[in-house]
Amino acid sequence: MSESTTTDAAREAADAAGEDQDLGAAGSQLSTAPTDTVVPGSFGGVRGPGAKGSLTWTLREITGWARWFWRQLTSMRVALILLFMLSLGAIPGSLIPQTGADALKVESFKAAHKTLGPLYERLGLFHVYSSVWFSAIYILLFVSLIGCIVPRTWQFVGQLRSRPPGAPRRLTRLPAYATWRTDAEPEAVRAAALRALGRRRFRAHVAGDAVAAEKGYVRELGNLLFHIALIVLLVAFAWGQLYKSDGDKLVIEGDGFANTPTQYDDIKSGSLFSSDDLVPFSFDLHRFTGTYERTGPNRGTPRTYEAALSYREGADGARKKTTVRVNHPLHIGDSKVYLVSHGYAPVVTVRDAKGKVVFHQAVPLLPSDANVTSQGAIKVLDGYTNAKGEREQLGFSAFFVPTFAGAGKGTMVSQFPALDNPVLALTAYHGSLGSDSGIPQNVYQLDTSHAKQFKTADGEIFKDRLAPGQTMKLPGGNGSITFEKDIKEWAGFQIVQEPGSVWALTGAVTAILGLAASLFISRRRVWVRAVRDAEGVTVVEMAGLGRSESAKLPQELGDLAARVHAEAPTRTGPPGQGTAAGGQNSHAPDDAGTSPGEQDAADPTVSATEGAEKQ
Amino acid sequence: MNSLAATNEHLASVSNTLIYSSMAVYTLAFFAYIAEWLFGSRSKVARTASALTKEGTGAASAQGPAVTVRSAGGTAVLERPQVVVRAAAGSRDVPDGPGAHGGDEQGDMYGRIAVSLTVLSFLIEFGGVLTRALSVRRAPWGNMYEFNITFSTVAVGVFLVLLALRKNVRWLGLPLITTVLLDLGLAVTVLYTASDQLVPALHSYWLYIHVSTAIFCGAVFYVGAVGTILYLFKDSYENKLAGGGTPGRFATSVLERLPASSSLDKFAYRINAAVFPLWTFTIIAGAIWAGDAWGRYWNWDPKETWSFITWVAYAGYLHARATAGWKGRKAAYIALIAFACWLFNYYGVNIFVSGKHSYAGV
Ligand code: HEM
Repeated sequence: MSESTTTDAAREAADAAGEDQDLGAAGSQLSTAPTDTVVPGSFGGVRGPGAKGSLTWTLREITGWARWFWRQLTSMRVALILLFMLSLGAIPGSLIPQTGADALKVESFKAAHKTLGPLYERLGLFHVYSSVWFSAIYILLFVSLIGCIVPRTWQFVGQLRSRPPGAPRRLTRLPAYATWRTDAEPEAVRAAALRALGRRRFRAHVAGDAVAAEKGYVRELGNLLFHIALIVLLVAFAWGQLYKSDGDKLVIEGDGFANTPTQYDDIKSGSLFSSDDLVPFSFDLHRFTGTYERTGPNRGTPRTYEAALSYREGADGARKKTTVRVNHPLHIGDSKVYLVSHGYAPVVTVRDAKGKVVFHQAVPLLPSDANVTSQGAIKVLDGYTNAKGEREQLGFSAFFVPTFAGAGKGTMVSQFPALDNPVLALTAYHGSLGSDSGIPQNVYQLDTSHAKQFKTADGEIFKDRLAPGQTMKLPGGNGSITFEKDIKEWAGFQIVQEPGSVWALTGAVTAILGLAASLFISRRRVWVRAVRDAEGVTVVEMAGLGRSESAKLPQELGDLAARVHAEAPTRTGPPGQGTAAGGQNSHAPDDAGTSPGEQDAADPTVSATEGAEKQ
Repeated sequence: MNSLAATNEHLASVSNTLIYSSMAVYTLAFFAYIAEWLFGSRSKVARTASALTKEGTGAASAQGPAVTVRSAGGTAVLERPQVVVRAAAGSRDVPDGPGAHGGDEQGDMYGRIAVSLTVLSFLIEFGGVLTRALSVRRAPWGNMYEFNITFSTVAVGVFLVLLALRKNVRWLGLPLITTVLLDLGLAVTVLYTASDQLVPALHSYWLYIHVSTAIFCGAVFYVGAVGTILYLFKDSYENKLAGGGTPGRFATSVLERLPASSSLDKFAYRINAAVFPLWTFTIIAGAIWAGDAWGRYWNWDPKETWSFITWVAYAGYLHARATAGWKGRKAAYIALIAFACWLFNYYGVNIFVSGKHSYAGV
């Protein structure tokens, strides 16, 4: 390359193929993106005689196909297809009810769709994100990702250790090009170029008659970092899924909770989780406070929900006070305590026929609408004797509204979520509540199959609505129930443990930084050639090449050229000989003249800004 | 408390008035853009056609992309060497169209009027969003009405910033303002929700971060999608010309005035690529917020799922651009699919799918 001079006529006639190769070399390794060439397996080939021959043939065949498969899997095209499949695969999970999110909805869907239900079930469409096929897609993508990153990383390390490739023969073919003739010595021009490039933090070196320089390696680094961060993110996510635990607990004001599996109302956990992994702590709920919008169209929407707690870490840590709000969970080690629901727990006192107190408790009731219309059951399982002196169980089905519309204003539907006018409506049963049958019971429902409902003297169902402080006497002197003035509230907590979220966050942040570097930094090369032409005048040629879309390349080349030009100014010789335009004419390839009449003479700055302008 | 409520109500009604006023001014701007296009149609510039059909064709296609020489004027002394820029190998070298006004003076005047009106209506709409925020004493992103008015304000803002940066984007004016009017029409009729405060689940500073970036990304993706659609039209037009066909008169008149397909394509790519990291951030911010609000940072809630789908689709688009065989139209279709995912996430999920993001207020 170095021996050829710019006026070499043979080079003018160099065939296009050779030139393309030359250019290809200059642009090679400007990224580490894999080239999508499909390499076939061995596909047959010669098969030697005998067992040995067929064995080697088989081995060769297998490795050939394995390599072919691996190349396919790690090609950009397949990565693209897998990305597509991943997004397509995620769609059904957002449209079909999912067991993980709402098991009840899944049940009602199945009930409503007799043919679709079983089909969906078989396809795993009720748990898309843990289904076999969805996992297959992301595991393939994951493997592809690793298979892509490893070689790219090596390639990148190699690029960092080697020097930018030498200048292609015809710099005029590059996307940005400048040339002029000068009286300065070629060596001086190259030295000036090295300085100018060095000041702009290019990696530059002299290769033959030209300076070769490159910049923007951070782009590649960022891109690799981004893909590695994706792996970290994915591993952290999978880890969290396997070792997570997630449970609910309803706590009435004044009561407490200790973090052991038996204390949960309901607990789900990942497949590798064991109950020893639960962070040891306990807490007591002192007070729940809810306030609600009083006026306006959104009357009744909650404004604040907060739960005042005291908690202790470990078995005997110091007691600390805190407030848990929506969006503000309590963090204890790896565990987080969220406030997720609330309701009312009226305190009732039940007396038996003799007036002895047999039950005095706050009974949590489940809300069924936004205004906290609630229902539930009060079960007196032990200690009650009726008017005849027989031992029996007593049950009340309870409806509660925090704000009653007023007597004669219809039904037990709450008008407002706060305790403005609380009313408790009860009906009563006696007999056996089935609690001895051994089947776990829903605490919010009465099993009345072995119980009788109390009736009034004239055979009507016995029922009453109580205001706080009122007592309802059961017919036949069978005792009474009192709705106490002190109405407690309860709070529902979700206690979650999900290890690996710090790693997920780290991966996510790294991914963003890497992505920004990858998308905003462009990697580019610049060459500066300085040689003497036939007349002994130094011809300077500068050219730049970047990854596809670099708009700033011509601008940058212009700035660099200006710096070099300051030290090696255009020769002011006889007109038409030494000017920049003259220089260009003598070397420009034939196709330079065929520009489609774009002599934009009116715009002197355009040479530098053209790329940026042409959005 | 009552006087506070009264001021809030007053502010809310000021906000409504401002939004309606901005719609009126946008309508004027809309007509001014139409006038720009109409007057522009009088001019007979056909740079694309001449670059692709006349004798130029032979030279350009036979010898690869041509070099564009920009000279600083015949006799002027050169202060710095000129840089010769050559179109990337494989792409057509077609000059950009002159813009909607087509070089027509009157058209240009209407175009300028249109831009001024756009600035004015942007300011009014911005005022509308601001007073809405003040009336509810929070960020104005609690329901779809507020989301919509903020979205169109930001989209117009992005357009104006690009104009202020002297980017060649005035051609975006008509399609953008048309859709902004549709968006606002939808907002004030179907989606309107009286101003009020947030439910506790929305009380978090992550709301400001997550939702503001979501809106911003959406608006920028939208601008990118408009660019992509115009690219597809312009590209077919150029293909037809290069193949020796004669496009219809209307298509010729409109498309001749747009930038070259390669410029439109680059514009769309840059817009999408620039905002993709922010979209990534938006999803992560959402996950952090979800971790605080719902206990798990990723719940496969429909909104999350669709953000993820959108993200993967845009990642696919960027990959496609990085792979040789997928540039151009194919990549453009992926970009449009990705934007369709974004749209569905916004309208479709709010309206058809129920999930934890049920703040939509519709
Ligand atoms: C988990 C799925 C993946 C996602 C979300 C993803 C995302 C991205 C994004 C957003 C870019 C754009 C950055 C840029 O244009 O410079 C990118 C670039 C790239 N990706 Fe991926 N990627 C994934 C998987 C893969 C896989 C499996 C491969 C290998 C087969 C791969 C290879 C590449 C390469 C080589 C580039 C750089 C192209 C260039 O130099 O311009 N990616 N990726």
